[in-house]
Amino acid sequence: MQRSLEPTPLLKADGIKKYFPVKRGFLQKTAGWIKAVDGVDIKIGKGKILGLVGESGCGKTTLGRLILKLLEPDDGRIFFNGDDLTDLTHKEMKSYRMQMQIIFQDPYGSLNPRMTVGNTIDEGVRLLKKNGRAHRKERIKELLSMVGLPGNVADRYPHEFSGGQRQRIGIARALSVEPELIVCDEPVSALDVSIQAQIINLLLKLRDELHLTYLFIAHDLNVVHFISDDLAVMYLGHIMEYGPSDTIYASPLHPYTKILMAAIPIPEPGAGKAFNPPEGDVPTPYNPPPGCKFQGRCPLVEDRCRQHEIDFYPTSDGRYVRCWKVI
Amino acid sequence: MEKDLLLSVNNLKVYFHGEETISKAVDGISYEVAKGQIVSLVGESGCGKTVSALTLLGLVPCPPGKIEDGEILFRGKNLLNFSEQQMQKVRGREISMVFQEPMTSLNPVFTIGDQIQEVILNHENVGKEIALKRTITLLKDVGIPSPEERVNDYPHLLSGGQRQRVMIAMALACGPDLVIADEPTTALDVTVQAQILQLFRELQQKRNMAVLLITHNLGVVAEIVDRIYVMYAGIIVETGTVKEVFKDPFHPYTMGLLAAIPGSSKKGKPLYSIPGSVPDSAYKPEGCPFNPRCPYVQDECKIKFPEMVNFKAGHQARCPITYRLWENQELPKNRHFGFENVKRAGQA
Repeated sequence: MQRSLEPTPLLKADGIKKYFPVKRGFLQKTAGWIKAVDGVDIKIGKGKILGLVGESGCGKTTLGRLILKLLEPDDGRIFFNGDDLTDLTHKEMKSYRMQMQIIFQDPYGSLNPRMTVGNTIDEGVRLLKKNGRAHRKERIKELLSMVGLPGNVADRYPHEFSGGQRQRIGIARALSVEPELIVCDEPVSALDVSIQAQIINLLLKLRDELHLTYLFIAHDLNVVHFISDDLAVMYLGHIMEYGPSDTIYASPLHPYTKILMAAIPIPEPGAGKAFNPPEGDVPTPYNPPPGCKFQGRCPLVEDRCRQHEIDFYPTSDGRYVRCWKVI
Repeated sequence: MEKDLLLSVNNLKVYFHGEETISKAVDGISYEVAKGQIVSLVGESGCGKTVSALTLLGLVPCPPGKIEDGEILFRGKNLLNFSEQQMQKVRGREISMVFQEPMTSLNPVFTIGDQIQEVILNHENVGKEIALKRTITLLKDVGIPSPEERVNDYPHLLSGGQRQRVMIAMALACGPDLVIADEPTTALDVTVQAQILQLFRELQQKRNMAVLLITHNLGVVAEIVDRIYVMYAGIIVETGTVKEVFKDPFHPYTMGLLAAIPGSSKKGKPLYSIPGSVPDSAYKPEGCPFNPRCPYVQDECKIKFPEMVNFKAGHQARCPITYRLWENQELPKNRHFGFENVKRAGQA
């Protein structure tokens, strides 16, 4: 991709792929492949937020994990601050792990119920090796106050907190190693509207104060638009449309993006516009057809879409779209 | 504009008795559903919306649950006085329910055809052949392609959206007058959610049935609902037609909920968020349960439980403070966007 967001983007992924084998039968022969991520290029500039949207099973979470090298990519390269991470061993990755963190969707399942909040956060603080014991305690308090929790909660256990508070603890844990990049995997999906707004504001505030960079994965398009600078729309392992999120929201180009946008329920009665839900179901990424991945549900489909791989075309307003019919 | 009243819930109270505490999950709610109307109970988790729906079908486990007070009039008869046997005739036939999790509410060892036929065979005196025929028609009605074949499929062969369609077919099997849909689209993707909402609207119009939609998603509500009841901590804080409530919210909680939805017009500024969190139903604050989180709060809110106030015909809210402001025309106009101006007005 030739598009330049910044001189050196903090994170860059070039054509990364991840296929999972599907095994069948007694001998567990590989019967086919699930192409979870099938050649994805993304870039995130320092201090920016890239939103990643798509339906369930489109590969968003796999992509998030590939970027952190929690999964090994089958192909393609990953660069962090210009350094190639792709072939690093587990040991060599250690120093990078401190700079890249993740926040999970489920604030209930992602905290150890037997550890106090303080101990959970201390694990990260200790790794920095620059603080004595007394200092570490101060640092934990500081981290807790950064995420809007009182310092005295450090001695309590996760079950004593509500969902929103647990998500705050998860964020404090991610911040404990002073990372530059945080992958937020559906961080607000499990929360109620009023709490969701608190967490979104918190994430934006921390971005500004600590100059963080986020890859923000979510399926709620309203949330993603609100928070993100750039947007990538994913479908069956491919990115279908990519560019500044305001531009894409104002005028989606790819037929799939259009369908997604049209399906957002608008909280204004009567705005019920041409309420035309899309036909068809979310297909599985198991042995997808050749050609465009969206062909089965696309209203504009033609023979060419079924025969050829579709390129990623740049447009005049600074985005990329994987559809030859709309450019 | 009195329509045919189908269901009317009056001052219903459902408490759960713990070892030391009493959880007042539903604490005196009243609402009405007319024939062929789509009505919604909206609220955050723990506000009592699901418990109030389960009570309609007599599905609240008892103990620990106990219906303390109130009545549920369905076609004029109080369902709370029905015996278990009588209730079984109501369930599935006159009132049926669609649950949130289409993955777990279907039985994995029976075909979907068997599960839908079971409803028909249980409630009606018909033969297997007729039941099968009706099942196929139902599957067709809810938009399952080639229903003649799919009727023999097991649930795991279907996608999430299709499973939810099967659940809806099951709920419709005996032509009920009221369908309770408890978060029917929460587990689904947006595109599928749009399809299911569309389906509800079509079926409701075709069969003239009433739908009680329970959800936390205000976007969903705006798309298909006629009348909305906003719940908070076991009580109803505001009710009105959807248009009225979204345009002119009167309860501070409703205003907060609307302001907290991220939208393109709100980008660039911090999103309004309601401070604090929903109170534990065993330890509700004195007076108005919303008072610790309310930007309009006054001394009286901490002592006196607020009554429902009529703002306009058919639009009520449980807040005397905003009522006074509204009467004096001091309530800001675009209050569903945030509270910047509101705070000043409230403290003045």
